[in-house]
Amino acid sequence: MNIKENIKTLIISKPLKLDCGQTINNFPLAYETYGTLNEKKDNAILIFHALTGDQFVTGINPITKKDGWWSYAVGPNKSIDTNKYFIICANVIGGCMGSFGPSHENPKTKKMYGTDFPVITINDMVNAQINLLDFFGIKKLFSIVGGSMGGMQVLQFISNFPDKAKTVIPIACTSSHSAQNIAFNELGRQAIAADHNWQDGKYISQNTVPDKGLAVARMAAHITYLSKKGLQEKFGRKLQERDDLKFGFDADFQIESYLRYQGSVFVDRFDANSYLYITRAMDYFDLVKQNNGNLSSAFQNTKAKFFVISFTSDWLYPTQENKDIVIALNAIGADVGFAEIKSDKGHDSFLLDVPDFLKALKNFLDKSYLEE
Amino acid sequence: MKPEFKIISDLIDKNSHVLDVGCGDGILMQFLIKEKKVNIRGIEISKTKVQNCIAKGLTIIEGNAEEDLRQFPDKSFDYVILSQTLQAFLDPEKVINELLRIGKQAVVTIPNFGYWKIRLHLLLKGTMPVTRTLPDEWYNTPNIHLCTIKDFVFFSKEKNFKLSKSIALKNNKPSYIKDTNLNMKNLSSNLGIFLIER
Repeated sequence: MNIKENIKTLIISKPLKLDCGQTINNFPLAYETYGTLNEKKDNAILIFHALTGDQFVTGINPITKKDGWWSYAVGPNKSIDTNKYFIICANVIGGCMGSFGPSHENPKTKKMYGTDFPVITINDMVNAQINLLDFFGIKKLFSIVGGSMGGMQVLQFISNFPDKAKTVIPIACTSSHSAQNIAFNELGRQAIAADHNWQDGKYISQNTVPDKGLAVARMAAHITYLSKKGLQEKFGRKLQERDDLKFGFDADFQIESYLRYQGSVFVDRFDANSYLYITRAMDYFDLVKQNNGNLSSAFQNTKAKFFVISFTSDWLYPTQENKDIVIALNAIGADVGFAEIKSDKGHDSFLLDVPDFLKALKNFLDKSYLEE
Repeated sequence: MKPEFKIISDLIDKNSHVLDVGCGDGILMQFLIKEKKVNIRGIEISKTKVQNCIAKGLTIIEGNAEEDLRQFPDKSFDYVILSQTLQAFLDPEKVINELLRIGKQAVVTIPNFGYWKIRLHLLLKGTMPVTRTLPDEWYNTPNIHLCTIKDFVFFSKEKNFKLSKSIALKNNKPSYIKDTNLNMKNLSSNLGIFLIER
């Protein structure tokens, strides 16, 4: 995937030592901004995207021509109000929307990196993104916000840079990827690897795309983002444009058709190798282990105000895992609030129109902004 | 605002670190921030009330005090407040122990079931008392461990909690409860407010 003209890119010249041991430099970090940075430069919010997100948080994504992934939450007068705040979001490294990733050319071989790309971590992602603060001349962000993998980046960011954010909002996430999380990610990776077109990651040079494998990965993952109840209410056993079962393996049921559709649109916008790299980064995320078993130490140097949010029907990053973050913060007397939002929409709740969530997010931000 | 809030505020030092357990809509929290510049946070089980607190800019943790107090380290607050909530817990003794573990002092207020109007209600009407401080019917009340001021004083003695201040509230007027006037206060007051230490 080439860098497209609608993508703003910052070239990071400062060498970045990755957790895997390699050092990268002069690499691109693609980003987008919304709203205006005020004179005091105290109204900036850094948003971190989830596994399949990108820097195009709201408005029309210029590449996909669809609504940005967090259009419900971010925009004029919305929870994260672009009339008030200056929003920055970067494509994670390892991603496929302009930031340094496996679809880039390896200068040594003049070929696409593919699986020669270094394995990156959540830590590497935030260490790349801290450069955005210098670029914009921001000493301290008003807030860092993210859901799912975005929430993991939020936690890692404040742990690495304790005085770089005033407020910290991890949403529907965890401090350590669970066995179940890793299992689902591995299922996705194996689906991609099982596609003959994947070609050990060298598909672009061979002019193929492992779209079947990537679509299956997306379908499996998509199920984990929804709740059983939500699926049942939306689809139940409804049939897809037919009056009766066809006694075959076509998509008889609406849920089958829906998943196939989700898989097919995903492959148009996402790179299979990026999917491998980013899911790996999530699996490697273990802030507890990073802190020798004591999560509290990750936050002991920060005075930031935390607001942790979970959703009742999220079984991928359930309330208890979010609460563990709250417990670790309370153990060191940190300033932390917590709300579990009632929603049937599963893990995806943070991306959807869930009024209680959007209200809590807005109130927390706006009230905190007024505080000295 | 509940009349007891002013009395609670008087018991609390300026700029202290406070936890309000079962903080409801955060009205007491706001009052204490204004009056005493406290660093305060609340725990609340009701999702609606949690939202209301967030809307007021208060630091609030959604949770169940009976389970979620254990996450706080020993003596992490100067005061832990439990305002008219003790009677709703499954195990009030355990909760008080937790309050005194995480707080240097605890402020506990209880609706007094020994109040003469309540006694009279049961005596004359023969049905479970419903009053302003105890507005629920027997079948929908969250209050499963109601007690009187006298019960609470006896309970504290038996469990070795030190009552550093015991205040009775009668028609919004406070007065001290002593061993010598305990029977009288138990009859005339609708609310007991206690500052407790271990």
